[in-house]
Amino acid sequence: MNKILIIIQREFLKRVKKKSFIVLTILMPFILAALVMVPLWLSTIENDEQSNIAVVDNTGHYFPVLKDTQTFHFVLMPKVLPDMKSDSSSFEAVVNITADLSKNPNAITIFSRKEVSGGLLSYVESQINEQVRKDKLAASGVPELDKIIDDIDRDISISTVKWDKEGQATSSNTEIAIGAGFIFTFLIYMFVMAYGGMVMQSVIEEKTNRIVELMVSSVKPFQLMMGKIIGIALVGFVQLIIWGILFTIILTVATAIFGPEVTQSAAATQPMMGAASQMPMSEVSGDTVEILSALKNLPYLELMLMFVLYFIGGYLLYASFFAAVGASVNEQEDSSQFVLPVTLIMVFGLYAAMYSVNNTDGPLAFWASIFPLTSPIVMMVRIPFGVPLWQEALSIVLLYASAIGMVWVGAKIYRVGILMYGKKPSLKEMIKWLRYK
Amino acid sequence: MDNFLEARHIVKRFAKHTALNDVSVEVPRGQIFGLLGPNGAGKTTLIRILNRITAPDQGEVFFDGRLQEPTDVQRIGYLPEERGLYKKMKVGEQAIYLAQLKGLSRSEAEMRLRNWFEKFDIMPWWNKKLEELSKGMAQKVQFIITVLHEPDLLIFDEPFSGFDPVNAEQLKQEILELKEKGHTIIFSTHNMSSVEEICDTIALINHSQVVLKGNMQEVKSQFRTGLYDLVTTSASLQPLDGVFSIIGNRSISGVHRYSLRKAETVDNNQLVETLARQVEIRSFAEQMPTMNDVFLNVVGQDATWADQQIENK
Repeated sequence: MNKILIIIQREFLKRVKKKSFIVLTILMPFILAALVMVPLWLSTIENDEQSNIAVVDNTGHYFPVLKDTQTFHFVLMPKVLPDMKSDSSSFEAVVNITADLSKNPNAITIFSRKEVSGGLLSYVESQINEQVRKDKLAASGVPELDKIIDDIDRDISISTVKWDKEGQATSSNTEIAIGAGFIFTFLIYMFVMAYGGMVMQSVIEEKTNRIVELMVSSVKPFQLMMGKIIGIALVGFVQLIIWGILFTIILTVATAIFGPEVTQSAAATQPMMGAASQMPMSEVSGDTVEILSALKNLPYLELMLMFVLYFIGGYLLYASFFAAVGASVNEQEDSSQFVLPVTLIMVFGLYAAMYSVNNTDGPLAFWASIFPLTSPIVMMVRIPFGVPLWQEALSIVLLYASAIGMVWVGAKIYRVGILMYGKKPSLKEMIKWLRYK
Repeated sequence: MDNFLEARHIVKRFAKHTALNDVSVEVPRGQIFGLLGPNGAGKTTLIRILNRITAPDQGEVFFDGRLQEPTDVQRIGYLPEERGLYKKMKVGEQAIYLAQLKGLSRSEAEMRLRNWFEKFDIMPWWNKKLEELSKGMAQKVQFIITVLHEPDLLIFDEPFSGFDPVNAEQLKQEILELKEKGHTIIFSTHNMSSVEEICDTIALINHSQVVLKGNMQEVKSQFRTGLYDLVTTSASLQPLDGVFSIIGNRSISGVHRYSLRKAETVDNNQLVETLARQVEIRSFAEQMPTMNDVFLNVVGQDATWADQQIENK
């Protein structure tokens, strides 16, 4: 068997056999799903216990607007009684309205022995506000003013339509496009960071274990490095595939149990966890049919193809850099001076991706998706919105050219670095290593 | 003589110093070749070049009669000075993995490994992780890994460091046994007593250059001191100009031990005849230099240089 295959096999099996890997890979989708679904599910459960709220309304004008809700039961009381302050009181809170609120807006107070619940405060506020508003409009003497105002206030609703190549209108949904782009962007960011770091970790381990000298007496350093990089990449792919399958199953099952509304919004928010919270749930949970048709109209083939290309290219670029760093340092701590700048570039890429969403063809989005160190992260958010082919091609070519360049440079540094002990490496030193035979 | 391995005019430069400066060594087939030298002399660099871990700037390596090829590393077994294995990997699995990288098939590696483990009586270690073994145990495993693929050429870099005397003796016997089986062995060390016991040929590297090489007995005879020990019952020995002088004399209960210096113009037989005419000889021996003497003689002249090299490193 080819030696590089033997190395790939070992690096791969060693990791996928680890208990921590198996547990994390299987549990992660469930944990993520639970994080999103449980609060959503809990919020749909209604509190069946009503709490009594006393209303002392000196004007007698406002009590009727405080209609009972599922959580609050309003009771009109003539005045604030002393025993309302005691713990044995059956009233949760007392709403005390002392005067006409359209003349004196501060004449309302809520008393409670505990902190006044936000739900009560906002309900009472909105109901009373509405009434005060009506009163004031009526007082102005303009007939049907409230209807006119309502008409002015009505929100417009924009539906977005994308023309396909034949000029046919296809349904599109900006939020869905953003969501899909972010899933891929975030996956690439996370995997490059985590698995690139794993490559470095593993190289440092071999170096400090001193096994590396034995290894390179059997295989070429390049084989060792590439075997490691490829083996670890395969671990990433396996994890990704398992997560994909599990998420699909969870979504299917959850849809069956909770109905499509909850699952739709949950599915849409999932990728945003930790990445960005720019997309409030309510925006997405529009018409389910419309969302589904928008989902169907995403360029899936293009998305998947580009995802795989950027994933491999980005990973190769960063992993070979990390391998070179791992080979150069003597211990983990020394690596930060090299890793930090690169991490900053990646974080910059992630932010660039987030801001690019607002203007996917703007200069930031364009340059960041061409520059090889950020393109794997940024381009993925642009693709669902449609990117000219020449930009994709240029970006991919640049990425792979620099990835291959980095592998070449990385291999040269790696080859020398793994056998250098005791010296703290500097960038100058590493450049010198490139010239060694 | 048939040389299994030849390094010709090897030059290797690093940024700040030249590690090997026109080094040529010949390793005869089926012999144990001692590669000697102080720390920092360039031994490890030469070994790495022979292992194709690094490439020389100039010069070439001939392997089994032809220019060395990349695949030749499968015919080399290397025990580095800096020992190390995967700490978290099980011993058996690890040995098989490393043997596969040396070109053995999995089943072949497993079979041979079982034989070795039975021979050393360490079968229970098979499924232990390396980190569970003691240092000495790990050394044994590493030795087995080095020889498992039965390479034609074995390179041991300071093999005895870290071994207790019992295990060191066992290792020495194994090395001699490997020689019997026809393996060529390169043995790098600065421990001269072990060289004395097992090496046939040596090369001494100092200042990045080969300063001494050849058959060990021939090398030693280059450093003959002209000193002799004589034991006799008579106290009447008198120096004879032009033949020998007496430089020491100790008497213990009627037995006299003389240290003699022989004149360069006479040979041993003439000296014995001269002595025999004067006293009765109980024993007579030439003081042969040890390898330690040779080493100190050659390297000791500028031992400070080696220290400087280490600091520069």
